[in-house]
Amino acid sequence: MKTYTNPVYAYERSADQDAPPRRRPVVVVGAGPVGLAAAIDLAQRDIPVVVLDDDTTVSVGSRAICYAKRTLEILDRLGCGERVVQKGVEWKVGRVFVRDELAYRFDLLPEAGHRRPAFVNLQQYYLEEYLVERIADLPSATVRWQHKVVAVTPQDDGVVLRIETPDGDYWLTCDWLIVADGAKSTVRALLGLESEGQVFRDRFLIADIHMLSDFPAERWFWFDPPFHPNQSALLHRQADDVWRIDFQLGWDADPDEERKPERILPRLRAMLGPKAEFDIEWASVYTFQCRRLAKFRHGHVLFAGDAAHLVSPFGARGANSGIQDVDNLVWKLALVLDGAAPARLLDTYDAERIPATDENLLHSTRSTDFISPKSAISRTFRDAVLSLAKRHAFARRLVNSGRLSLPHHYADSPLLTPDADGTTFASALGAGAPAADAPVKGPGSDWFIDYLTSGFTLVAFGPSVPPAAAIALAQDTVPCRVVQVGAATGSDGIVLEDAAGLLRERYDGAPGTCYLFRPDQHVCARWRSFDSRAVRAAIARATAND
Amino acid sequence: MAVLGTDPNIAAPDDFYAALIALHRDLDDAQSALVNAKLILLLANHIGDADVLAAALAAAREDIVAPR
Repeated sequence: MKTYTNPVYAYERSADQDAPPRRRPVVVVGAGPVGLAAAIDLAQRDIPVVVLDDDTTVSVGSRAICYAKRTLEILDRLGCGERVVQKGVEWKVGRVFVRDELAYRFDLLPEAGHRRPAFVNLQQYYLEEYLVERIADLPSATVRWQHKVVAVTPQDDGVVLRIETPDGDYWLTCDWLIVADGAKSTVRALLGLESEGQVFRDRFLIADIHMLSDFPAERWFWFDPPFHPNQSALLHRQADDVWRIDFQLGWDADPDEERKPERILPRLRAMLGPKAEFDIEWASVYTFQCRRLAKFRHGHVLFAGDAAHLVSPFGARGANSGIQDVDNLVWKLALVLDGAAPARLLDTYDAERIPATDENLLHSTRSTDFISPKSAISRTFRDAVLSLAKRHAFARRLVNSGRLSLPHHYADSPLLTPDADGTTFASALGAGAPAADAPVKGPGSDWFIDYLTSGFTLVAFGPSVPPAAAIALAQDTVPCRVVQVGAATGSDGIVLEDAAGLLRERYDGAPGTCYLFRPDQHVCARWRSFDSRAVRAAIARATAND
Repeated sequence: MAVLGTDPNIAAPDDFYAALIALHRDLDDAQSALVNAKLILLLANHIGDADVLAAALAAAREDIVAPR
C-alpha cells in the first residue's frame, strides 16, 4: 500500500507467564475496534483489563470504513472521536443511480446543531491505531500482541484461558471474558457455539484505490451501471485520497481470479475512464452472511461485535453496531464489578442488544435481498422498482441500496422507566432513545452530549434542583450528577446555557422538566418536575437494584 | 381500519380484462413478469393503506399451496 504502512506491535512476555498469574477482573479477546473500545471504556473506569490478540498489527486493508454519528459520539467519550473526525472524510449525502441516471438523493443529517456529522469515512486501520494509542495512555489497560487464546474453560464465577505465545503457553483466569475476536471468532468455535441466520449467494469485490479526484465526498451507489452491467457498484471516499469501490460479482465469480490485478484493472478503467490515474491499494473478494448467536451472554462470557452477529456491509452496521454493543455492556459490567449492581444486570445486555441486532439484521437482510435478489420473482420486482424509480417518486422510496446505521431505541428494555400516565412530551426522546445533541454554553465543551459522561446524569430544565438534593444524588452508591439548563442559581451542579434554543426544542424542555440519562447516553426516564425519590427509583431499576 | 373491497367496483369489467391481456401482447415471459410487477407496485402505492395491502396479499395467496 502506498498511503499506509501497518505498524508492528511487538510480542512482549507478560509477568503472568512467569509467576502464578493473577486473577484478572476482565480479559478482552480481540484487539479490533470493538475489543479496543471495550478496553478503553473499562480502563477509563479504572477497571484493570487485558486485551489478547493473536496478531501483531491493526487491520490489513480498510475493511470497516463508515463510522456513524452515534459511534463518533461514543468515540468522543472514549477520547478518540476528534482524531477520527480530523483524519476522516465527513459525508451525509448519498446518491443512487439506476443505469446512468440519478434515481434519488438523500441527506442523512438534514438539521444543524449537532457536534458530529452523519458519517465519517475512515479506514479501519486508522481507527484501530488511534484506539491502540489511546490505550497506551491508560494505566489500567494493556494489549498483549501474539497472545492467542487456544482453550476456554467457563466456570461458575469466571473463565480459565489457555494462551499460546511465541514463548509457549500459559493460563490466565478472569472474572469476565469479553469476546470480540471477529466474524471467525476462535472463542466462539472453542465453546462450540453456532450462530443462526442466512448466507447470501453473492460475491463482491472491494478495491481501495489511491486517486486524485474532485468527486464529492458522498456515497454513490449504482444499479446496473453502464460500466458494470447487470450488477451493482458502490463508491466511497476515504482519507488520504483513497477511494473504496465495491463491485457486485455474482455467485459464480471465482474469488481467486477476481482478486488478480489484471482482472480488477479493466473493471476500474471502465468505471473511471481511460484518463484516470490511480493505484490499487488493497483488494479483496468477499461473501456475506446475516446471522447472530441466540444469546450474547453465556455466564461469564460476553460476546460483542462480529463475534456475536454478522450483517451484510450495506448500511454500515458492522463496526457501528459492535461499538454500540460495548457501549451498552461496559457500564453494566463496571457496576457489577464494583458491587453496585447484581450480575443479573448483565442479562439486560441481551435484552437490549439482541433487539438492536435484530433491527440491524432486518435492515441488512432487506437491503441484501434488494441488491442480490435470491429468486427470479424477487429480481423481477427489484427491476420493476428500479424501472419505476426514474419517473415515479413513490418507487424511489422502495429502492434499497442500504438503509444506513442509526442507533437503536431501547424501547422495550426492563431497565427503563416509561413516562408517567398523563404526562406528555412533544419530543420523541422517550426512555430508551439515544441522546440528541445541541449547542450549549457551559464550563467545558460547547456541545450538550459532552456533559453526559461516564455515569448517570440528570439534566434539569428551568427551576433549579435543590443543592442538597443534587449533592445527595452525587453521593449515592450509584452516583448521579445534576446538570442544570438555564440561568438557574443555587445548584452545585453544572449550569448550561441553551445556546441556540435547540436543547429545549429537542427535549420539549419546559420549566421543571428533568431527563435522566444512563452512562451510555440513552434516556433512562423523564419527568415534568424534579423528585429525588423518582430519580432514585429509576436509577435502581436501570441497575437491576429494584 | 380500512377493508379490502371485493364487491364489484370496475364499471366495465370485460373492457378492463381485455386491456389487461392486451397489455402483455407480443411480450416474452420475462417482460410480462416485469409489467405485472410494475402494475402491482403502482396499484399498491395508489392504495397505500397497510391493512388493505395486507388483506390483498393474503387474499392473493389463499388456496395456493407451495409445492414440496
